[in-house]
Amino acid sequence: MNPFSYKRASTPDAAIHAGMPHGAKFLGGGTNLVDLMKDGVERPTALVDVNHIGLDRVEAADGGVRIGASVKNSDLANHPLIVRDYPLLSQALLNGASAQLRNMATTAGNLLQRTRCYYFMDTAFPACNKREPGSGCAAIKGFNRIHAVLGQTDEGAASGLTCIATNPSDMNVALYALGATVEVQSAKGKRSIPIGEFHRLPGTTPEMDTNLRPGELITAVTLPAARFAKNSWYLKVRDRQSYAFALVSVAAGLEMDGDTIKSAGLAIGGVAHKPWHSADAEHALAGRPANAETFRKAAELAMAGAKGYEHNNFKIELAKQNIVRALTVAAKGVQA
Amino acid sequence: MSPCTEIEEIEPEEISSPLEKEISRRSFLAASSVISAGIAVGLPGTLIAEDAHVAGGPHMMDVTLSINNQARHVSIDTRTTLLDLLRENLDLTGSKKGCDHGQCGACTVLVDGRRVNSCLTLAVTAQGAEITTIEGLGAPGSLSAVQAAFLEHDGFQCGYCTPGQICSTTALIEEVKRGELSAVSFETGSTAGPAITDHEIKERMSGNVCRCGAYPNIVAAVRMLTGGVA
Repeated sequence: MNPFSYKRASTPDAAIHAGMPHGAKFLGGGTNLVDLMKDGVERPTALVDVNHIGLDRVEAADGGVRIGASVKNSDLANHPLIVRDYPLLSQALLNGASAQLRNMATTAGNLLQRTRCYYFMDTAFPACNKREPGSGCAAIKGFNRIHAVLGQTDEGAASGLTCIATNPSDMNVALYALGATVEVQSAKGKRSIPIGEFHRLPGTTPEMDTNLRPGELITAVTLPAARFAKNSWYLKVRDRQSYAFALVSVAAGLEMDGDTIKSAGLAIGGVAHKPWHSADAEHALAGRPANAETFRKAAELAMAGAKGYEHNNFKIELAKQNIVRALTVAAKGVQA
Repeated sequence: MSPCTEIEEIEPEEISSPLEKEISRRSFLAASSVISAGIAVGLPGTLIAEDAHVAGGPHMMDVTLSINNQARHVSIDTRTTLLDLLRENLDLTGSKKGCDHGQCGACTVLVDGRRVNSCLTLAVTAQGAEITTIEGLGAPGSLSAVQAAFLEHDGFQCGYCTPGQICSTTALIEEVKRGELSAVSFETGSTAGPAITDHEIKERMSGNVCRCGAYPNIVAAVRMLTGGVA
């Protein structure tokens, strides 16, 4: 691990000021950052601890809810307001990591989780465009079981652009289905970023995971008024039953009017560089009867254009079937 | 050589026992060894020394941590994890290093009563919190209920993961009392006060891996403690 200075900030302004030096990083729970620092993937020269800056509250706001950036994943998952109105978010959070890690990990840190691509996480592999832009992609011809099938940049293993990494978060998938907004603050002021514009596809800059600008601090995540409190489901498929990253996950929320779907929220995890949110699929669900035919049509639309590789081709059909399954469970209203 | 070798404990609260004097001596020796590491090419520690040289040297901080209800003043490299501090400098070797990446749970300790992975916790971030390790839960002759239950149900084989399992279970019991949920609570539709079934126990304990496979007995111990039903 490279040496770094450590400063504990007491307010967002102090954190932003302290975070100005080049090479500084904000420290939340550290479950991902410290891990990557041990492996030399992340090498910040300064850490600014943002766990004590008064952003640890979950509160009702503007008909929805405002979640402080440093709220721990376990506290968020168990908050009465979230369990009651946004069970999809609770369920997604509780499907992630372990009890120990959820006690450490924060809302903002979870938003900023980096990919678990083996080649990104191991500096012994020289080719990784996310870690070293221009170095190539070892995953595309390597062991790519956990990699992307949608929205990836695929110009060949030697290309300086190629990246088929996935976003590993469960929480993020639920936030896409729920239509969250990320509030950020910097020395230049505050701005709000719709969740769909927060994370990036690799495009021509695979080294960039998000559209956060240098010096910006995440202060909160807000959710609009709850539509899916009664009919939602988070379905995670993984290589073991607990404590593993998703091969595919589905966050499904339905606003029901009898047996008819009034509106829907749908996002897929484990398939792309960011949670895959398909407006086409959501539109195809709205106004339709909640049945297998409707759900399969939405699944086909959500996964349209998917392209797999040697070890992850299975994800495409796996995702479709689990979209149908998640929507089916959501429609039954298990949480009602 | 891990960063913890650059630690030296300062102002020990009570150096009363021969053991603590020994710890203090060892800390001094550990700190001294760093000085030679830079020139002793080929010895462990060279990597750290080079690293430090390139980036301008380690950042040392004086911190006070409350560990098992005792204030400990230490001067540490900011890179030091809580686990390394406990084991290498404070001689609290009950917490174990398994994977050092938050994947096995052997390093589990309680911070303000909540279970966390001490291997991913930078020690400097734990200032102001109450840290409880396996040494703080009980002692021979005065075992905690969790320790006694693991003994009664033979919830271990080699014992390496056991301190982490016991710390984790200690926190789990409080989580259950607070009505906290798990992913299984949703699957079984029991989000309003989940019954602690074996399914729940396995999910809630999944952050603690046991390579011997003592799981059935660990589950039995936790079941007894939580009043769960198989």
